[in-house]
Amino acid sequence: MTEGTLYGLCSAVLVGLGLFGLIMHPEPLRKILAFNLVGGGVFLLFGVVARKGAAAGLGGDPVPQALVITGLVVAFAATALAVALLARLFQETGRATLQADE
Amino acid sequence: MSSALDVLTILSVSTGAFFFLAGTVGLLRFPDALSRLHALTKADNLGLGLVVLGLLFQAEGFPVALKLVGVWLLALLAGATVTQLIAHIARMRGSTM
Amino acid sequence: MAFDIGLVTLVLGVAAWTIGARETFAAVVGFVAYGLLLALVWVRLAAPDVAMTEAALGSGLTGGLLLGASTRLARTDGPAAIEKPSAIMRLAAAVLCTLVSAGLAALVLLMLEPAPTLAPRAMANIAATGLSNPVTAVLMAYRAIDTLLETVVLLLALVGVWSLARDRVWGGLPGPYHRADPHGLLTFTAQILVPIGILIGIYIFWVGSVAPGGEFQGATVLAAMWIIASMAGLVDAPPVTRRWLRLALIAGPALFFAIGLAGFAIAGGFLAYPESHAKLLILMIEVPVTLSIATTLALLVAGPPERAPAR
Repeated sequence: MTEGTLYGLCSAVLVGLGLFGLIMHPEPLRKILAFNLVGGGVFLLFGVVARKGAAAGLGGDPVPQALVITGLVVAFAATALAVALLARLFQETGRATLQADE
Repeated sequence: MSSALDVLTILSVSTGAFFFLAGTVGLLRFPDALSRLHALTKADNLGLGLVVLGLLFQAEGFPVALKLVGVWLLALLAGATVTQLIAHIARMRGSTM
Repeated sequence: MAFDIGLVTLVLGVAAWTIGARETFAAVVGFVAYGLLLALVWVRLAAPDVAMTEAALGSGLTGGLLLGASTRLARTDGPAAIEKPSAIMRLAAAVLCTLVSAGLAALVLLMLEPAPTLAPRAMANIAATGLSNPVTAVLMAYRAIDTLLETVVLLLALVGVWSLARDRVWGGLPGPYHRADPHGLLTFTAQILVPIGILIGIYIFWVGSVAPGGEFQGATVLAAMWIIASMAGLVDAPPVTRRWLRLALIAGPALFFAIGLAGFAIAGGFLAYPESHAKLLILMIEVPVTLSIATTLALLVAGPPERAPAR
């Protein structure tokens, strides 16, 4: 098993773990954390594809790596917006929960 | 010559790793926040210094060596700041941390 | 290989801790550690540019954002516990996630060998771009339209965050008020660290054309330096209606777009560069983009306006 395959399997487990946390945790902030975990796993899968595409004297294919850099920045922007929404929800209702009011 | 440098690197990095281990043991075993902070900062700074010293023997030139020492100094600064901030809060809250 | 196995074990262990921790604060700390370990994984996958971005943005700025949020919402850990899903739900979710993981693992094991790759084509034309870091060449030359749209996405996220201000502080100052203690520890640290950090940030951006680095990593370090100075109370966020702030935010994407349109005239396509001036044009794009992205990232962490502007 090459290192690329090992990290690929790691990324598969990370996506599963993150998805489990996303479904199970009722608190929205834990859901945001789990979502970032899933994102990390998906980017890692890109990285494995890049590593397997090593050629022309490079250690990895630069195109998936550039895509991952773009993805990391956009994931941060999405997390910032999600956290701002959550903080505003907490300000308005006094509780941080996604349950509808009775 | 290079094998002597390699031996020095392995010795320094291993000693540094041992200090990191000692710091973590202190983190797990000491009774309250202030003593745990004490163990962490002393052991981790020394451990990082020894690791950087070991890497200096492998550096390919003066600018790289300067950057390595710079990394160690910045980590010292960050560690000292965070430790004092946490210690301040720990003292304010009593020993309930 | 043994190192890789150890690293994977650590990453999975810290990820499991992040999902399973009882308190939100502990989970966020686990997430920061997870990000740093992922940066190590990226180095092992021969992607140093991505490792720097992950360490700075994915672990550093995201961790700071989430730590701030977790302390603000600390009082809600109790009441939400009554909504915990039932055991049947747990089992169903576990089965679903195992299926998803198994599907992805099968994809990984069935990957084509030898893998299709664009590396030879990227390296074949890299001399025309004037850069020698292939990742920067992809970001700024081959897929420049993706980078342009990415800066626009960042701006849209900032507009979304600003629109969440309450009515009476609309157009006000983002973030809480930090009082500066002139003999305090944070002030001392900020006064030493911020100049060094700005230098490091500019260096990382500048060296990105020939070595691992680039504008996103450099901009993140610059944003982090502003955040430290603001937490120490040394600088305060300007009101979001300030014209110079808004100009700084749009300067990067606007110039990027303008040079892209100029590409029609001078090189025959949107975002096409003439071969003799490629490096100069890329530099002209990168400098304002770095400043804009640093400002956007810092303001995204600061959050929506919370204090009314002084009349």
